Amino acid sequence: MKKFKDLLSVTLVSAMLAGTIAGCGNATEATSTEESAQADGAVFKIGAIGPLTGGAAAYGNAVCNAAELAVDEINAAGGINGYQVAYSKEDDELNAEKSVNAYNTLKDWGMQLLVGSTTSACSIAVSEYTKQDNMFQLTPSGSAEDCVKYDNVFRVCFSDPNQGIASAQYIDEHSLATKVGIIYDSSDVYSNGIYQKFVAESEGKNYEVVSAEAFTQDNNTDFSVQLQKAKDAGADLVFLPIYYKDASLILTQANTMGYAPTFFGVDGMDGILTVENFDTSLAEGLMLLTPFAADATDDLTVNFVTNYQEKYGEVPNQFAADAYDAVYIIKQALEAKGATPDMSVSDICEAVKSAMTEIEATGLTSSKMTWDASGEPNKEPKAVVIKDGAYVSAD
Amino acid sequence: MKSKKIRDNYITYAVVILAYIIFQILASTGHLSSHMKGLLVPMTYYAVIAVALNLCVGILGELSIGHCGFMCIGAFTSAFFSKVTEESIPQAPRFILAFIIGIAFAALFGFLIGIPVLRLKGDYLAIVTLAFGEIIKNIINAFYIGVDSNGIHFSMKNSMELGMDPEGEVIVNGAMGITGTPHDANFTIGIIVLLLTLIVVQNLVNSRDGRAIMAIRDNYIAAEATGINVTRYKMMAFTISAAIAGAAGVLFSHNITTLTASSQYFGYNASIMILVYVVLGGIGNIRGSVIAACILYMLPELLRGLNTYRMLIYSIVLIVMMIVNWSPKVIDYRKKLVAGFKKG
Repeated sequence: MKKFKDLLSVTLVSAMLAGTIAGCGNATEATSTEESAQADGAVFKIGAIGPLTGGAAAYGNAVCNAAELAVDEINAAGGINGYQVAYSKEDDELNAEKSVNAYNTLKDWGMQLLVGSTTSACSIAVSEYTKQDNMFQLTPSGSAEDCVKYDNVFRVCFSDPNQGIASAQYIDEHSLATKVGIIYDSSDVYSNGIYQKFVAESEGKNYEVVSAEAFTQDNNTDFSVQLQKAKDAGADLVFLPIYYKDASLILTQANTMGYAPTFFGVDGMDGILTVENFDTSLAEGLMLLTPFAADATDDLTVNFVTNYQEKYGEVPNQFAADAYDAVYIIKQALEAKGATPDMSVSDICEAVKSAMTEIEATGLTSSKMTWDASGEPNKEPKAVVIKDGAYVSAD
Repeated sequence: MKSKKIRDNYITYAVVILAYIIFQILASTGHLSSHMKGLLVPMTYYAVIAVALNLCVGILGELSIGHCGFMCIGAFTSAFFSKVTEESIPQAPRFILAFIIGIAFAALFGFLIGIPVLRLKGDYLAIVTLAFGEIIKNIINAFYIGVDSNGIHFSMKNSMELGMDPEGEVIVNGAMGITGTPHDANFTIGIIVLLLTLIVVQNLVNSRDGRAIMAIRDNYIAAEATGINVTRYKMMAFTISAAIAGAAGVLFSHNITTLTASSQYFGYNASIMILVYVVLGGIGNIRGSVIAACILYMLPELLRGLNTYRMLIYSIVLIVMMIVNWSPKVIDYRKKLVAGFKKG
């Protein structure tokens, strides 16, 4: 037995060393390809990070696919400043630790600009490292406030607080309600962030928040208690700062209870019409603030949706739209400064950073986006309402 | 017999130190990719918590599947401390104090949980520890703690209830957890913690107390009959195990700047992953736990090149490794093979 144990530890230690050496092999390989790339026609290297496996894979895949689509289009049209773009994506399994590992992997590959991470917590963890390396980071969908606390990080989507504020203002301006009930997911960063700001912003508005009920991801199947409380409090509008899967259950259960207030959601609600076995007629009249609707009829959206569907076989959601915009925003910023791939990562970051505050981008998620140095986008929120099973502009 | 055991302990330290030296040389000569560099710190804290769990499962003989709960306590208490004192205390003493606080709180909870839990045995104990791990996670998710000039504000409802000054800062924000913990952990500190853990656990195992603990594991009634204070030794092993898990939590929270009490880090899946490290490394085999933790943490990362297939391959490799290591038939076969080599 002793012999066997010795043998075992020797094998395992050598396996460990082999792993390290394999890791080194990769490192040298990465630098050598980078060198050769620089020698014969340099390329911009853009990386993306998102959860490609696990429960949140839908979001990560949307981001990574759309970014890939945008890169392919840019390459077909002649690249950025005449240089082609190389693209690579890494999985983070919705885990901040893995997200940093993914970032390091991409760095070994030679990444110069990062589109990611897809989710807030991961994006914050990665920003700590992009800050150290001074690499430009543009998160398509990391919406928590802290995502853009460093000056090298910008975002495409609205921040959670901004969505809460915009929702409160929209309900106030359009006099949609007198009494508002809220149902939110207390175990979710996104939902909490919007909820907190919504309540804070509701002070002094022409409506009153009469109930605020929470649920968590561990008990998201029965919402009758929360709905009953909103109903008893006489809420004529229920604000749902949550993702569409839970919202579809809420709508179904409200219908069974015979409770029919106006439901108002935010961008996480986008996708509710695609939920399986959900009677979409229940979503009639549902309002949501969203930057992107897949059935909009402008050329840009139509093109994007057809190409995306052709390539990946599904209708893109707002995550995909944000990522698609992100790549084009990077392109615009690089072009504004005439950046070239042989510049160092840090120089590219400085150039793009200063360009970001100067450019005015047009994309799927807004016809006019500008940024200030804080990294927050300025764009108009769009409200849509579901009519006859399709999004229609609410204004 | 005794000297053999001591030699065995030194081999373990030597393996860890050797690995450290090799990685440091590789890193300083620029042969280590940033990916590998990033993996080093997580590897050390998973090794630490694997050793902690091995003390509970292998030495004490009680199956705990809530050990990530202790890691969670260590992570949150120390991150809270570091965040609050980030401006006022310089890095080195702050991090040492953070360790003391994280370990102390994890040990305290280990002790408190241990009182009711250690009356149970086997499956029942496993279920209660599992429940405990989930409770910790959910309670921390409901905490809102802020600090301003008036002191600490606390709420279990939401951050608006804190009633803070405008310039006050919300430190623990419910499900959003703690963000912006200073990035204090590095590979050297991780290795030091791992070595200290090994010294504590291995010396405990070879001490009078350790033999008493193992006697309880091997035969509860006989141990009690020979006059061993069963409750005391059980509590001792369980509390030390929780304290070490807390130390792993401190490293965790000071390595990744966002800390959320979500299930992918501290849920029962994570606890079971650590149990897998322990089982693969060999129940009761401390060195095995360290090596298994390192390999199993690295494996899915090194398989990144295979994209989404890597999870599938990781699972298959896990099954194969378990069979190769622990199936009696394979062990027999390997023994024959080794004997064959010796003859030849």
